Amino acid sequence: MKKIFGILGLFLAVFVFTALRNPQFVSAYNLENLIRWISLFGIISIGVSFVIITGGIDLSIGSLIGLTGSLMAWLLTHRGWSVPATLVTVLLLSLSVGLAHGLLITRLRLQPFVVTLCGLLLYRGIARFITDDQSQGFGNSHEGLRAIAIGKIPVGSSFSIPVPFFILLLIAIVSAVVLNRTIWGRYLLALGRNETAARYSGINTDRIKIAAYMLCSLLAGVGGILFSLDLNSVQPSGLGEFYELYAIAAAVLGGCSLRGGEGTILGVIIGTAVMRVLYNAINILSIPTHLEFAIIGAVILAGVVTDELAKRYAANRRAVRERLGETPAPSSS
Amino acid sequence: MVAPLHPVPKLLDVSGVSKRFPGVQALEDVQLTLSRGEVLAVIGENGAGKSTLMKILAGVETPDRGEIRVDGQLVSIADTGTAKKLGIALIHQELNLADNLDVASNIFLGREPHQWGFVDRHRLYSEAHVFLEQVGLNCSPRLLLSELPLGCRQLVEIARALSAQARILIMDEPTSSLSQGETEQLYSVVNDLRNRGVGIVYISHRLREVKQLADRVVVLRDGRNAGMLVQEQIAQDAMVSLMVGRALVRQVRTSQSDGAPLLEVQDLRTTAHPQQGLSFQVRVGEIVGLAGLVGAGRTELLQVLFGIDQAVSGTVRLGGQVLHLQSPGDAIAAGLALVPEDRKLQGVILEMSVGRNATLASLHRDARCGFLNTEQEMTQASMMTQQLRVKTPSIDHLVQYLSGGNQQKVVLAKWLALKPRVLLLDEPTRGIDVGAKQEIYRLMEELASQGIGILFVSSELDEILRMSDRALVMHQGRLAGVLDREQLSEESIMQLATGTPHQMATSVLQELL
Repeated sequence: MKKIFGILGLFLAVFVFTALRNPQFVSAYNLENLIRWISLFGIISIGVSFVIITGGIDLSIGSLIGLTGSLMAWLLTHRGWSVPATLVTVLLLSLSVGLAHGLLITRLRLQPFVVTLCGLLLYRGIARFITDDQSQGFGNSHEGLRAIAIGKIPVGSSFSIPVPFFILLLIAIVSAVVLNRTIWGRYLLALGRNETAARYSGINTDRIKIAAYMLCSLLAGVGGILFSLDLNSVQPSGLGEFYELYAIAAAVLGGCSLRGGEGTILGVIIGTAVMRVLYNAINILSIPTHLEFAIIGAVILAGVVTDELAKRYAANRRAVRERLGETPAPSSS
Repeated sequence: MVAPLHPVPKLLDVSGVSKRFPGVQALEDVQLTLSRGEVLAVIGENGAGKSTLMKILAGVETPDRGEIRVDGQLVSIADTGTAKKLGIALIHQELNLADNLDVASNIFLGREPHQWGFVDRHRLYSEAHVFLEQVGLNCSPRLLLSELPLGCRQLVEIARALSAQARILIMDEPTSSLSQGETEQLYSVVNDLRNRGVGIVYISHRLREVKQLADRVVVLRDGRNAGMLVQEQIAQDAMVSLMVGRALVRQVRTSQSDGAPLLEVQDLRTTAHPQQGLSFQVRVGEIVGLAGLVGAGRTELLQVLFGIDQAVSGTVRLGGQVLHLQSPGDAIAAGLALVPEDRKLQGVILEMSVGRNATLASLHRDARCGFLNTEQEMTQASMMTQQLRVKTPSIDHLVQYLSGGNQQKVVLAKWLALKPRVLLLDEPTRGIDVGAKQEIYRLMEELASQGIGILFVSSELDEILRMSDRALVMHQGRLAGVLDREQLSEESIMQLATGTPHQMATSVLQELL
């Protein structure tokens, strides 16, 4: 919980700073856009945080977004598939990608980094091949479907909440309940800390890890669909590029440890929000966009360093307390 | 004693050193001195504080209190670098060598002779040769360490210490993995070093070895100085009685089980020893000890029974039912539980709370449709921890802050919540203090009296003798024999465990004591 306060503080600091420097930042138009992008990135960040909690990593998210996003547009417009058939196909594809990752990692004992790095290359290549590397889009069709990404629900007279926010909310609530209120979530946290001890406690650790990779890929697939619908025109070579790194960074900022066993859904969402607000601030404050990566990198580094220092401070305090409480005072003899 | 006019300061003088770890006072006001050219043996039971003391001297741990003087100068050994500069070298049980490098590179690791930033290979090998001769190792300095027998690697480590101008050599169980011949060679190296004025702190369990090598013996017990023996006083009985602090009077279990067969193992073969079929029984309410030397296949047997490893062939029955043990889940469902050998790796999740550890195995039973029953979980966790008297500030405390004994109780709590029919324990009291040991013993007896069958592995003869209704003794994967209560003795166990005829077993036993 304390961890969330830290990242929340960072979020508020960046938010207030930007709002003071340029009031445009808090305009309804900008905030709506911001919320929509936080929601889209939040979904994929939640996915990868499940994998990170197992102590693993998924580098293929961005390419999978590229594949699912352009495949969906291609099936609908070039192949004339129906909407339900397309969505089911794309989501099943995502699930099977996750299943393949999970099986390779648990059964063949390959390293998650290697497996998903190959995925990163593989899915990008497939996306470009299937679509002949042509940009894909919906034009003016599928307005109804696109509403799930670009639609808004008005609250009050001047402000609307983008639909993806509700999708994120639903996914976040389900994820938080699964992580904190089910035995599956408990097992996930346990095996992330110590897989051997979890296995010795009778937990089927392989099955849970596979499920985590499937969930991650599924949410990347959902993200791919939404990004594609939102952008309308997508490049198979470019859609989702670097998104795996944004998602991992958001998860780490939000309190996930790459060593595994640690993380909260709320933290991950705030972590995502920090990333997007930073990105937005760079644009809106007319900071040269060439600096974008440098600034985001610096802020994440600062956040992680602060967190580590705070942890050490707490650990030292604890050690001192323990010593004071337990060691008898030095005898005078 | 008459003090000399100009007392020569001791090479090493440790006084009043104390060290506390969470939950255990590892050292309390310990004194120790070492002169040049002296071999000082430090002995004591497991957990007496030998390792902690040596780690303090080597700069791995820092003492809470106390003074350390080298050549009369007060020093503070804050890290291993400082220890090195003072000329203190620790020859570890687990060797600290890089086996992908050659012998010479290992000797000079981090101190390679160099010129213009390049390693001076000529000097590296010629100088390595000198130090190899000093430790009586005549192998090429260009030989890859991985091609060297284990015993010789220890000599390489000593050569490394000498090359770093070590004047105080701490040897921790140096002969534990050596053959007879290698041990003899080590003795002569130790004698040679003594003659050249190196001070040696020699830690060993093997009292015969101590008798042969040591000029003086310091005995530690429960983190304190228990006594000191000089020269002709160094005898086995004297050492043993100082180590245990009493003449060896054994408490033995009085209750006996004559219950029905509970766990029946028929011709079970493990992958470690597929040529040996194991057959035995554990009866209702019976405590069966599983004795044998390290590597005899005892842990492998328990792991097969718990479904961690698969058997090559054979059957396991529990209460007459044949079990199909493909995973720990299968074993647990059948009513088996395992308290594993490596507590921190296999037993507990250190960074999780006491409560969550204690309920980890029984969560699925109390869950509704996969949802945690948090209230029930908390109640059960506090009930189990109270029942087992786990010393913890609260059930939300992280397990890593508990002492070894309390961590072990958390592992037991995890299983007892499931009410197992057979409890398997692998070295249940390894590395835990004397008080907690007694509690674990009491608990095992209590569980047996409730009808649980217990099969426990132990490398401590004392424990096997104290706890077993019956003992199985394994030797090189084979069930060498089964001993009933009346037949149980140190001699009978060692005879079977070493696969030696009676007289030899007695001599091995003496060596161990």
